[in-house]
Amino acid sequence: MRKTINMYRQIGDFAENKEIAKRIRVENIMPTLSRGDGVELDFEGVDGATQSFIHALISDPIRQFRNVAYENLYYKNANKDVQKVISIVYRYMQESLGDD
Amino acid sequence: MKIHFSNQGNLRNLQSFIKSLDFSDPSKLQITTHSKWITVHPANLALTAALAIKAGKQNTEIIGKIPDTGRYLDRMGLYKLTETKSPFEYNKKESAGRFVPISVIKTAKDQSRFISEMIPLLHLSEQSTMVIKYIIGELVRNVLEHAFSDDGAVVVAQYYKKTNRISIGICDTGIGIWKSMLENWHPKTDLDAIELSLMPGITGTTRREGGTSENAGAGLFFIKSIAKITRSYFAIYSGNAEYTLLKYRSDTRRLPTLYADPFRDRHTKIDDAPRFNGTLVAVDILLDETPEFQSLLGAIGKVYDEAIRERKRTKYKEPKFI
Repeated sequence: MRKTINMYRQIGDFAENKEIAKRIRVENIMPTLSRGDGVELDFEGVDGATQSFIHALISDPIRQFRNVAYENLYYKNANKDVQKVISIVYRYMQESLGDD
Repeated sequence: MKIHFSNQGNLRNLQSFIKSLDFSDPSKLQITTHSKWITVHPANLALTAALAIKAGKQNTEIIGKIPDTGRYLDRMGLYKLTETKSPFEYNKKESAGRFVPISVIKTAKDQSRFISEMIPLLHLSEQSTMVIKYIIGELVRNVLEHAFSDDGAVVVAQYYKKTNRISIGICDTGIGIWKSMLENWHPKTDLDAIELSLMPGITGTTRREGGTSENAGAGLFFIKSIAKITRSYFAIYSGNAEYTLLKYRSDTRRLPTLYADPFRDRHTKIDDAPRFNGTLVAVDILLDETPEFQSLLGAIGKVYDEAIRERKRTKYKEPKFI
């Protein structure tokens, strides 16, 4: 099963509010991944995102679930800028994980 | 406290402005200006507004002869924070360029509203709007999360048509960078703390690589790097230290090299500034020099990764050869 989250409805066209990122992470992403289900984050209508927002959204799922997160997190309709920020967070989290 | 606006208010001269600050008697603030002409950078205004809010309107005044160019202070909202009545009368619809007047942001909700309602006042292209939203989003968030300021973040921005430049100043009167770094990094001086705050992957909230679930230690490094790539100034002032990233040479088209250590960049710094209990961050962005946002992020991301790798390598155990 895959749960879809409409990001525009949560954060509008620019994703910078980390309180909302945390809420989505805690209330949706973590419980869904812990059940082994997939999460589809739909960025349709979102023009941009800060690194801090994306970090608050997905760094903890990556740290806690690792491969389960890589396999079950999907990013739909993310424009090139948003894709770039997500990729940056993926890269530095993987660089960092050996430190735990 | 005393603040003087000269006729050279730009980031190149920020250190002169800072050295002229007088923080004695924090219960009141007196603002004076050059008698014939004043030029004020948003950083000067943001710092002044933050101190005016701290001292209180009834204890803040603008004194002496104010030249006609002083009407800019009125347009930006400084007089409203003081006891002094503005001597300027003008049609409020009169053009004063594209700017964001002195604005105070205290919550994440305020920040989202500010970004969606105020940034459009600058009437920038979609590409430039994204860069400015990004910068203000990250800098204000830094204040809200790390400064512990009762008065929030003061934000001021101005667009300069002639140079196609946006200048931004963000200031708080919170705990300052040294205190926010103290628990995990133990910096000896304010300058050490500033250096740490600008390094990729270093956050005051943890020593763990990758940060916490909320913080990665990337915000200021990204903003400083955006300034460098766009061949612009970036400055930060906290405690008795100030660091200014100088403009990258404009006579070469090569993309500037980014460094994890801010002291490797061309810069100036001082560690004997009047002690400011708070943090001021200022940045200029030359819009003509701003590449596609994704390529800008890509270049910054690469240096960020390399810095983490480098730091991890220093922790590797070495074989014991005997």
